[in-house]
Amino acid sequence: MQLTGENINFKYTKKSPWILKDISITINSGERVGVVGPSGYGKSTLAKILAGYLKPLAGSVSLDGGDLPKKGYSPVQMIYQHPEFSVNPRLKMKDILEEAWVPDDDLLGRMGIEKKWFTRWPSELSGGELQRFCIARVLSPKTKFLICDEITTMLDAITQAQIWNLLLDEAKKRELGMMIITHNKSLAERVCTSIIELPELNHIERADV
Amino acid sequence: MEELLKVKDLLVSFSMYKKGFHKYELEVIHQLSLDINKGEIVAVVGSSGSGKSILAEAVLGLLPKNATVTGEVTYKGNDIDEKSIRKYLGKDIAYIPQSVDHLDPVMKVGDQVIGVNGTKERQEELFEQYNLPKGTEEKYPFQCSGGMSRRILVTSALMGRPDLIIADEPTPGLDLKMALEALKDFRELADNGTGILLITHDIDLALGVADRIAVFYAGSVLELAPVEDFVHNSDKLRHPYSQSLIKALPQNDFTPIRGTQPYAGDLPSGCLFSPRCWLRDDKCAGNIPMTEVRGGKVRCAHAADG
Amino acid sequence: MHKIYKKTGLMNQRVVLLITMIIALIYLLGIFIWGCCLGEDSYAVNFDTKFLPPSGEHWFGTDNLGRDMFFRSVKGLSISMVIGLIAVAISSVIAIVMGILSAVFGGWVDRVVNFAVDLCMGLPHLVLLILISFMMGKGVLGITVAVAVTHWPSMTRMIRQEVLQVRSSQYVLAAYKMGKTRWQVAVKHIIPHILPVYFIGVTLLFPHAIMHESSVTFLGFGLPKELPAIGVILAEAMTHIVTGKWWLAVFPGLMLLIAVIFFDLIGEGLKHLLNPNTGNE
Repeated sequence: MQLTGENINFKYTKKSPWILKDISITINSGERVGVVGPSGYGKSTLAKILAGYLKPLAGSVSLDGGDLPKKGYSPVQMIYQHPEFSVNPRLKMKDILEEAWVPDDDLLGRMGIEKKWFTRWPSELSGGELQRFCIARVLSPKTKFLICDEITTMLDAITQAQIWNLLLDEAKKRELGMMIITHNKSLAERVCTSIIELPELNHIERADV
Repeated sequence: MEELLKVKDLLVSFSMYKKGFHKYELEVIHQLSLDINKGEIVAVVGSSGSGKSILAEAVLGLLPKNATVTGEVTYKGNDIDEKSIRKYLGKDIAYIPQSVDHLDPVMKVGDQVIGVNGTKERQEELFEQYNLPKGTEEKYPFQCSGGMSRRILVTSALMGRPDLIIADEPTPGLDLKMALEALKDFRELADNGTGILLITHDIDLALGVADRIAVFYAGSVLELAPVEDFVHNSDKLRHPYSQSLIKALPQNDFTPIRGTQPYAGDLPSGCLFSPRCWLRDDKCAGNIPMTEVRGGKVRCAHAADG
Repeated sequence: MHKIYKKTGLMNQRVVLLITMIIALIYLLGIFIWGCCLGEDSYAVNFDTKFLPPSGEHWFGTDNLGRDMFFRSVKGLSISMVIGLIAVAISSVIAIVMGILSAVFGGWVDRVVNFAVDLCMGLPHLVLLILISFMMGKGVLGITVAVAVTHWPSMTRMIRQEVLQVRSSQYVLAAYKMGKTRWQVAVKHIIPHILPVYFIGVTLLFPHAIMHESSVTFLGFGLPKELPAIGVILAEAMTHIVTGKWWLAVFPGLMLLIAVIFFDLIGEGLKHLLNPNTGNE
């Protein structure tokens, strides 16, 4: 399968400056495309557009030539930088995990998720533990592409390595296509099959950021 | 080397409520020892949410009502506590908080930076030094961009020409290159004799700017060692946790050890790292003091072995 | 032994808060129930006992018609509470409907709601109340309608804000991407987020409603003279206060004040306990 963004242009309001200009990007199944660049260059915006959270002002996002589905479970899923904001603080972990599908024990074991965490509230888990839940909940068999927006930036180096090792195993096994957004070049070199420098791809004249 | 701030066996606990009215004491910082000398940057590195900020707030006396703090804190050899630190704050000791929300929204930034003890001349000098355009002092915080607000916080910290700066995540949201650029001024200040305690979750940043690194784990400092020991390889490090932390970096081996940091309230007895440690034996169960090993300080029963 | 650097020195704040809330609740519920059960005999006219100062027999004294001021006050406050209850129920329903509509539909619906809110908040509250009450022919109906249709704006704003916030939260956006329908998201994420805000809002609205009802009644545009409403009592007391009949105004006024403060206390207490940031202090 192939996820493509073609000539994507984006700005938040009419008067604000362009954030993305004429960006084209292609991700094939099994590929892990790293997008690196300093903050303020629209990395997260590009992630949201490819995952279908935002509509580009011009240009298009397509999955195997067709549109992204508007209803139902999206084959393109996104994992965020702050797991504590991407889970409902009023739900227990089991409800959060099983919102879309019920992962089997095998997958939970591979993701390092312990069953005793199921009855806890999100505030009772660490960032690393929460992030495992956020990953597992979008690893349904229907997921074909994963957009990862700085998913281990807030975690310590050991947890970061743990999570990426788990996620890479899973991605390789399922031939997932991934877009990996990070400001950490060493990390991108470790986990990606190819790397794009967003400032070079983005056709914006930047006087001052 | 002249010692500025010394923290010995700091313990911070919060009285919390368990379902209903049962109170219990939640220890978030324990047996934390740390020292900062004149002219050096000491970085406290630990994962987000592990209680690093509480360390700064405890020393500065900024914790909420339900906190208890014990331990010895000295500033230039004088014993201080929550109350007596007040006379140093804003003059000898400056604090750069994590959030720009600490600026007063209804006060012009110039007046805020001058505060009670500052002078107009010093403020102008600092604003020029930190590239804050003329007229900024007449603005209110909402008229300043995020980057400007951060620089304003820094200038207000420098107003009293402090000897010690405690900075909590001073470069949020910046990538490594920009963060290091932003911290160049810190380096310059340190070279001129200021002591800086830099609290950060970003180990690459700490590696780039600090003189010594304090490895923060589950509410305590397990190792305090010169930055050279952390670069390239983990062999020189004294604590198994610091070694595994460096090994897990993507530029190094990227191989993690198993397990997670224990929670406050659910800590192992003895060495905090022992449940995940490959060196664990009976010696790890007791109280382990901070000891000097090869020019660094470490809290490990096996540090002297190898 | 360690040196103490900082100590807590706090009582169990949660217990203190709960005890005050229970006391407040007993006071309010007590007056409410007692007042509703009180017959007219207990504050009947008796010319033998005109203008008696407070005593063991008449705690709050008696007025120019010899009516017992304590029972009149209790009855009056309970009437105020009934009106407040009805008014708040109507107001909060208006607020929740308008708030949700404006947040969910946005666009012109949002602009209309915001305009209505601004309009209502821009006019002096008391003037608006008097106007509506007067138009509706004063009396119980007039004042109830007036209080009911003027107390929704601030709560509408609050609910709109909360809905907007939860709708744009990452977990709601993610839920849509996980194939959840609008209805499923509303039931699982949005309503549970709004409910606590709603209950706190209602509790905090109550003292406002009671205060406003009393003020309008006091000015003569609210409840009729025959009812022993607090506003009526205070208005009557004004004519006797120059002759030194202080108890006519002081005790009923105090009872109203305490009731208002207690409602506020319960509301703020709930807010404090339900907020995870302060819940442990």
